[in-house]
Amino acid sequence: MARYIIRRLLQMVVTFIGTTFVVYALMFANQNDPLQALAGDRPVSDNVRQVLTEQYHLNEPFLVQYGYYMQGLLTGDLGRTLTGRPIGDVMSDAWPNTIKLALLALFFATLFGITAGLVAGLRRGSIFDNTTLALTLVVVGLPIIVLAPIAQLVFGVKLGWFPTTAGARPSLYGLILPALVLGAASTATMMRLTRASVAENVRADYVRTARAKGLSARRVVAVHVLRNSLIPVITLIGVDLGTLMAGAIVTEGVFNIPGVGSKLLLGIQTEDGPLVVGFVSVLVIVFLVTNLLVDLLYAVLDPRIRYE
Amino acid sequence: MSDLEMAATTELGTHAADTPPAGATPPPKTRSLAADAWYDLRRNWIFWVAAALVVLVILMAVVPGLFSGADPTACNTRRQFAGPSGGAILGYDFQGCDVFSRTVHGARASVLVGLFAVLLTGVIGLVFGMLAGYFGGWLDALLSRVVDVVLGIPLLLAAIVLSKRLAADRQGSGIATVVIVLGILGWTTAARVMRSSVLTARSQDYVAAARMLGAGPLRIMWRHILPNALAPFIVVLTITLGTFIATEATLSFLNIGLRPPAISWGIDIATAGKHVREAAMPLIAPSLFLTLTVLAFIMLGDAIRDAFDPKLRR
Repeated sequence: MARYIIRRLLQMVVTFIGTTFVVYALMFANQNDPLQALAGDRPVSDNVRQVLTEQYHLNEPFLVQYGYYMQGLLTGDLGRTLTGRPIGDVMSDAWPNTIKLALLALFFATLFGITAGLVAGLRRGSIFDNTTLALTLVVVGLPIIVLAPIAQLVFGVKLGWFPTTAGARPSLYGLILPALVLGAASTATMMRLTRASVAENVRADYVRTARAKGLSARRVVAVHVLRNSLIPVITLIGVDLGTLMAGAIVTEGVFNIPGVGSKLLLGIQTEDGPLVVGFVSVLVIVFLVTNLLVDLLYAVLDPRIRYE
Repeated sequence: MSDLEMAATTELGTHAADTPPAGATPPPKTRSLAADAWYDLRRNWIFWVAAALVVLVILMAVVPGLFSGADPTACNTRRQFAGPSGGAILGYDFQGCDVFSRTVHGARASVLVGLFAVLLTGVIGLVFGMLAGYFGGWLDALLSRVVDVVLGIPLLLAAIVLSKRLAADRQGSGIATVVIVLGILGWTTAARVMRSSVLTARSQDYVAAARMLGAGPLRIMWRHILPNALAPFIVVLTITLGTFIATEATLSFLNIGLRPPAISWGIDIATAGKHVREAAMPLIAPSLFLTLTVLAFIMLGDAIRDAFDPKLRR
């Protein structure tokens, strides 16, 4: 186990350096004049230009700039946006909203996905099974840029069940609709995976043994079938995080939630290089660390997996 | 998907195999895997629905005039949000453009971006997967690390950064930018699938036979391994095409994909979403077409995969 953890950590370091380098290079390699982008249409005086150039190390070679950036990233200093605000501050303002949204989305996805998947897996071929399967197919194919505005139209504008936008300080209730939208794709994949894995496990020998011992149907399903079926579902949570992040950018934009996604989008539209690179780097780190944790959890949950 | 298909075929009766319906020729005794798959596929209604949708979308992309005679760029703000009429069956949008005509003409950009991006993805995935799978060793380790790095960045995050960079240098509709972005970032799954099929094919007897006959690596890869590793690769590319069309629309929606001279479902959805209180149809029409297109390609890929999967065959 220790060897596996160490190898996995080393792998992550390589991936981390690679991804941050790619992101950094994409954003900064031979870019247009960022100082001019900052100033807009006004001319930039030579003095100001010189000060800013030195402050942001714009005259150093590319690799040295990347070094500065890595140093800042590792010491938790993300630098400042081009408008002078520390990026860490922008982030700490935005994170709570995004975390609330993501956790709520994940909660709905797990609740609905696993329940529906369990029922469908136990009653394969039933009407419930076929309907939910067809539904998940549609949901998986439904791009979030379609789902978010349509949900806003139907449940916010027409029916008026939920607020159409969440606003500056979103309440938990205001986040329910965005979370359902954001979690929709994950719900569908989770349901399909749970269903497939339940359907496989019901036929397993240990389930037959449990039944033969005279355990109640409820105990067999809850303890023997469901627990073993959840192992692959956990991996999915890690993989799905990337989709969740992408979805958050659109969802936060449509429902006007002041989270990481909408801040990132704003940074892109104002050509705020430092902010975009800072945000994307942190998001990539979150993605990598979560996937590492999920992989390790996987090995703990299923003793058959040791990755030697 | 597979179970839908199973349900669909069991409804036809389990005797379908020995008593084929009138018109269909009875299956010959020995069939290749492809013929087997085709036989399965022909009886799968999902395949036919998806294929019909794909043909429809491609037709819309090639000859939009067949569906709508109205000019999608002839806009007039005096008829902003005007209701349906004989000329415009779905009414007019915020700019006073014909909603139906714009939706029909939007297919071209989606299909073009999807096709070219998938071609690029296919080439990169083929080369990476083939080299990693065939030569193995340090080359495989290196290429797999590259795949890990690209896979380590969520697609949309990277696409945002990349398209922002590329778009700064380019003029025009932005189709080339989106194609490059999707091609560079989306090839990892295809490469992995190719690599694993090459790994299986490489150790087959016919490859050893070809090598003993003196065939070089290029000839073995091209003539012996590739044809046998192609089926899962094409399935992945079909599904990727669907996701690429969705991603293109998302990028355009976020204002970093295609630009206004081009007609894109993503742009129209973004504009209509802001004015959804005034009129819903400009939002609903492109949303529906985008969803159906994405679904069609995903379902098509799924159906082909199921047909080629021997585990699902009874």
